[in-house]
Amino acid sequence: MASDNPFFDEMTTSGGEARTPYADYADWLSSVDIRALRRKSRQAEHVFRRTGITFNVYTDAQADERLIPFDLVPRIISGAEWAGLKAGIEQRVRAINAFLYDIYHRQEILRAGRIPEQIISKNSAFLAQMVGVTPPGGVYTHIVGTDLVRTGENEFYVLEDNVRTPSGVSYMLENRETMMKMFPDLFERIRVQPIADYPKLLRKSLGRSAPPATHGKARVAVLTPGIHNSAYFEHAFLAEQMGAELVEGHDLQVEGGRITMRTTRGYVPIDVLYRRVDDDFLDPLNFRRDSLLGIPGVMDVYRAGGITLANAPGTGIADDKALYSYMPEIVEFYTGEPARLRNVPTWRCAEPDALGYVLEHLDELVVKEVHGSGGYGMLIGPAASRKELAAFKKKLLARPFNYIAQPTLALSTVPVLTQAGLAPRHVDLRPFVLVSPERIDLIPGGLTRVAMKKGSLVVNSSQGGGTKDTWILGG
Amino acid sequence: MCRYLERCENTARLVDAGFRMSLTRSSAGQTEWNSVLETLDARHAFEARHGVPTVDKVTDFLIRDRSNPASVIEVYRLARDNARRTRTALTLELWEAINESWMALLELLKRPVTSAGVPELLSNIRRHSALVRGALFGTLLRNDIYCFCNIGQLIERADNMARILNVKYYALLPMAGSGGSPLNNVQWEMLLRSASAERAYHWTHQGEISPTSIANFLILDRQLPRSLAYCYQELTRQLDWLAGAYKDNGLPSQELATTLGQNLTGLTMTEILSAGLQPFITQFLRDNAKVASQIETDYRFYS
Repeated sequence: MASDNPFFDEMTTSGGEARTPYADYADWLSSVDIRALRRKSRQAEHVFRRTGITFNVYTDAQADERLIPFDLVPRIISGAEWAGLKAGIEQRVRAINAFLYDIYHRQEILRAGRIPEQIISKNSAFLAQMVGVTPPGGVYTHIVGTDLVRTGENEFYVLEDNVRTPSGVSYMLENRETMMKMFPDLFERIRVQPIADYPKLLRKSLGRSAPPATHGKARVAVLTPGIHNSAYFEHAFLAEQMGAELVEGHDLQVEGGRITMRTTRGYVPIDVLYRRVDDDFLDPLNFRRDSLLGIPGVMDVYRAGGITLANAPGTGIADDKALYSYMPEIVEFYTGEPARLRNVPTWRCAEPDALGYVLEHLDELVVKEVHGSGGYGMLIGPAASRKELAAFKKKLLARPFNYIAQPTLALSTVPVLTQAGLAPRHVDLRPFVLVSPERIDLIPGGLTRVAMKKGSLVVNSSQGGGTKDTWILGG
Repeated sequence: MCRYLERCENTARLVDAGFRMSLTRSSAGQTEWNSVLETLDARHAFEARHGVPTVDKVTDFLIRDRSNPASVIEVYRLARDNARRTRTALTLELWEAINESWMALLELLKRPVTSAGVPELLSNIRRHSALVRGALFGTLLRNDIYCFCNIGQLIERADNMARILNVKYYALLPMAGSGGSPLNNVQWEMLLRSASAERAYHWTHQGEISPTSIANFLILDRQLPRSLAYCYQELTRQLDWLAGAYKDNGLPSQELATTLGQNLTGLTMTEILSAGLQPFITQFLRDNAKVASQIETDYRFYS
């Protein structure tokens, strides 16, 4: 397997030996019958279905409940490697919060000319309703998912900062639960840093961000769009694990400057709302009028300090491809230090020099629309035909400010269990960061997403991607 | 959720009763299927789609047909969806029991129901019902959530029992007993089987059988867990507990239920018959629905 894999494999060196973090695991694996592994794999699938860890895919008005494929080979990272990443992630998250505070107050970074004004002023994610608002502790992003990719032994890049409603943490937790149930002997042999405390930490973290109007212990609720939302399992799971209420928009109303929740005993105030509803749909009186998922008037209560919304509205401005290219400057501006984690080199086609370079090297680059998502409107240079390249060149010349370009990255691989035995597949990593006033908590590991198809770089669950348990050794 | 679970179980029970009747008393089979369909308010829908009832068609329609909102599979879907919505209020065991039953049901109903497969299918449904009930009673905390579960189940049970009686009330009128004709025996057997009460009845009545004693058993006998009187005795107890826990005595739903319960306790079959059996049953259906609706209002089920 090692010899014909041109990418950096996290388990096996090019010489065919197990890399250090995988030494103990490889040892264990050599004594295991592959048929037993396959059986466990089917077992795991049954457990997921029984627990209801499914997501809905809508075809012809009949909901289909699908499982996100789970692969039982863990993705193992050493304690030392993680320590490096940890420092970089915390730095980045601190900078993002400082940026959000600044951008909704004096906008010093714009005054200093470090990022162009159009990035903010022409950005629909910038919410006028947030100008001048200071959330408790200045915390905007209570939960962050910093997507990382790896191209070599010590080469990690941040692919994306997810600061709106990052998801996947329930899979991280359930994957670990499942691995522990299926392979207790492995966990006896190998010391893996525990992650089971995440829900407790999340609850405490959210509680610390409670608004001044709180009386006694902070009451936390999770706002879900409902059972037809593809991530519903996670909403219910987190509420359950945290001991928080699970609510939908119609369970809540504004009363006496608070958001109150309907119970069988009357209406009770909520202090912190972990909302898994997008900004657009959050408040029909302030945003999209046709939204049935939100709470009319919640923004007004929020601005008056009657409730904490996690994550705060308006964080989407930090979640944006155009802004991403400025992250190194942003980190340096707010922390006074260079960024510890690398950004993927990005050419902004709005700049003439960058545009020139991109046009000349189009067949080597990945070009994305600044406001695109889900892989639409994208060009993967090395995979494109001459006709496609020519057509894209025209688009670039017509609206250069609409595009950014990045080199194609050689993502690392980790083996998955296939019909033919173990085979390498590309992976990424989404660590989860909890932010509260004066404090950042980072769970060891995170969710490893894996592209299940050979050679594919697509790890998204909506397009067939799977997940793995992530181990940080030691602790 | 609990209303839907109870409804599924009762539908399966009705289908079972109809099935047995069609096997053992083939001449009465078709009429019995019609009364099953009527009890479930599904007769017109069935006739429009399938015409004359046969075992295969009716059982498939009542258990497996996705376009029939009263079929076991559709009602179970609603129950499971509600369980999903209120996951945080359930124990893991209860959620898994409901979810596994759902998955098993989907598997069992992949292919059309045939008369050969009915007994096993129904037995499976009963077994899963028992698992869910066991998880509910075995693991739920005895708090207001548990109370509401019981309330839902009891309201639904009383409603379903009254519907069965409503369709067959003529078999319970005193003159129906004269001569002990085979047709009456068929009706009585069907009635008792629909309430899982056939053996219990014969055990408590030691061979004696009459329409009045059957009516009494199903309506007033508080030893039978499906009788109207039993349902209301328990329902009142649950609502009293809730009122105590919430320190909120005298809510309209509590008063309504208590009155209905006291009526049932105080009545005799003679009184019911002289006032009219069918009016009694239809009034009960209305009153029960009113209690249900008042509970929803008092406890703010909807905004």
